[in-house]
Amino acid sequence: MNQPFKPAISATGSLRRRLIVQLLVIAALLSVVLYVSVSTFARQAAETTQDNILEASAAAISEAARAERDQVFLDIPYSALSMLGAVSEERVFYRVMVDGVTITGYADLPAPEVPPKLRRPSFETTVFRGDEVRVVATVRRITVADETVRLTVLVAQTRAGLAAISLRISIAAAAVGIGFFLVSGTLSWFAARNALRPLDLLAQSVARRGAHDLRPVRSDAPSELVPLLVALNSFMDRLRASLMRTEEFIAEAAHRVRTPLATVRAQAEIALRSVKQPHNRQTMREVIRAVDESSRSAGQLLDHAMVTFRSDNLARTEFDLEELARDTIRGIGPTADLKDIAIRFSAEAGLGKVKGDAILVQSALRNLLDNAVKYSPEESTIEVAIARKGRTARVSVRDQGRGFGDGDVERLKGRFDRGTNVADVVGSGLGLTIVDEVARAHGGSLDLASNERGNGACVFLTLPLA
Amino acid sequence: MRFLLIEDNAKLAAAVVDRLGLDGHVVDSAEDLATGVHCLEHTTYDLILLDIMLPDGDGRTFLEKHRTGEDTTPVIVLTARSEVSDRVRVLDLGADDYITKPFDFAELEARCRAVLRRRHGSARNELRFEDVVFDPLGGTVTVDGRTEELRNRELRLLEVFFSAPDRIFSKSQLVDRLFSYDEDVSENAIEVYVGRVRKKLQGGRVRIETIRGVGYRMSRLGTGP
Repeated sequence: MNQPFKPAISATGSLRRRLIVQLLVIAALLSVVLYVSVSTFARQAAETTQDNILEASAAAISEAARAERDQVFLDIPYSALSMLGAVSEERVFYRVMVDGVTITGYADLPAPEVPPKLRRPSFETTVFRGDEVRVVATVRRITVADETVRLTVLVAQTRAGLAAISLRISIAAAAVGIGFFLVSGTLSWFAARNALRPLDLLAQSVARRGAHDLRPVRSDAPSELVPLLVALNSFMDRLRASLMRTEEFIAEAAHRVRTPLATVRAQAEIALRSVKQPHNRQTMREVIRAVDESSRSAGQLLDHAMVTFRSDNLARTEFDLEELARDTIRGIGPTADLKDIAIRFSAEAGLGKVKGDAILVQSALRNLLDNAVKYSPEESTIEVAIARKGRTARVSVRDQGRGFGDGDVERLKGRFDRGTNVADVVGSGLGLTIVDEVARAHGGSLDLASNERGNGACVFLTLPLA
Repeated sequence: MRFLLIEDNAKLAAAVVDRLGLDGHVVDSAEDLATGVHCLEHTTYDLILLDIMLPDGDGRTFLEKHRTGEDTTPVIVLTARSEVSDRVRVLDLGADDYITKPFDFAELEARCRAVLRRRHGSARNELRFEDVVFDPLGGTVTVDGRTEELRNRELRLLEVFFSAPDRIFSKSQLVDRLFSYDEDVSENAIEVYVGRVRKKLQGGRVRIETIRGVGYRMSRLGTGP
């Protein structure tokens, strides 16, 4: 569990992408609508313009007709046709009829199906001589010799130019649509990013936390995120409670196991005083040793559990290694005194601090010193030194004991593995395992060697400096 | 010295009272915090031995209160809980030392001595026999105006003899007091320490006699058999 945590979560789509896609679809629809409406409107405007001119032209021709004696005279005014030329180079056709009889123009120019009424011209798009044309028909009453006749004027114009104009307008409208789409696409990307920023911030603030930091998240969040935040905080609450229960359980288990053993041991020690027979005394001593053995094993097992537990949730605070070592040595002093063992301590000046779990490091140091005292002969000296080595602090513990014996030294770091030469000393085979675990949890190492100054063991605990 | 033991396990308490009594300490035993507080109100103690899990509360709460009060009696915490995290917590609360159950009595004695030495300095509890002055806290013996430093086992040997001058102690009794049970010691190892102590007592009117086949005793010169 010390490896970097790999999330067991595979992303199913992205909120941002979903938001962007939706916004883009909307933008595309709007662009199409924009394009259609712009081009339709422009086409209609062009058509209306053509119609208006056609109507004006027809009206001008119609106005030019006059009744004289029994006849209708018509001089087609130049302006009536030249105004049509203003639209573009289109061909223009006309036809003037009096009561349905063509008097001038193209007799085959078809009239719109809807007949025009007075002051209400009718329009139609039709095909004339192979070209699409727009035709307008106007009608006017003229009185000729007391008789009222219907003067119908048709004016038509081809629409090739208009189609070209429509195309230009469509292209322009498409350009506007595409531009609109691009702009709104960019804006929706920004909008999606902005909308999701609180989510990113929340994720960052959770990710930045230390392993032991189970305080509730107290960031301002938009109302949509509040339920998530509440759920997260309540989850962390439960996690914290569960972690505390684990620590408490281990401590409690130790208590349950050790208390009865303590009673047995104390009573055995008292009983031993009244035992005289050497054989019985030997038995009693063995009982006490067995109690020590089992209580030490139980204690170390639980310590090991605690160390593993804490390593998995490694706290990272800066602490003074030298001070910690002095404390630990002071703690073990009375035990060393029992065998008249002197512990000499030296530390390089200006060592700097170590970052990690001080409780674990102290536990590691205590195990090293415990071992040194246990395996040292009476009236010997243990040397503890802390030296700086590159970016690390190296604690060395040298004793004048029996050393590590034959066999693979590295093996001693394994669980329940003890040296080949220590059968007569009570031990659990977990001491160095604990130290090794603490060292590795902190990114350091434990090295075992022989004391270069004569016999005995030398162990190095290396920890990275903060 | 007078100790107060606050421990709810009656058998363990009895054993501790018994053993520390061998060193000449008077130990009052309280089975819970209330009784302990009561004892402290009426008697002055040199040292408190405090269990953590007690029927009427947590020893750590007591420790916290004790430390904020005016009472400066040193406290050694006895606990059966996991050492890894508890030790630091208890020392932070102001305990002078800490020992995990089950403990070796020799270690308990050593820790008591270390705490008392830190608190009181030496020369407070000197023992006198004839012209020999023994300071168990300071770890010295003065004979004929000459002061000798004592090594730990020599000190404990003298402690045993001074607790009952003229009494004969068997080799096995002395082994039990001087060595931890983790060690395989032959009873003859005692001879080495007796020899050393004799050397340090030279010139005085006190000697350590060998009673053949029985053991040793400390007596005045010229009163032997």
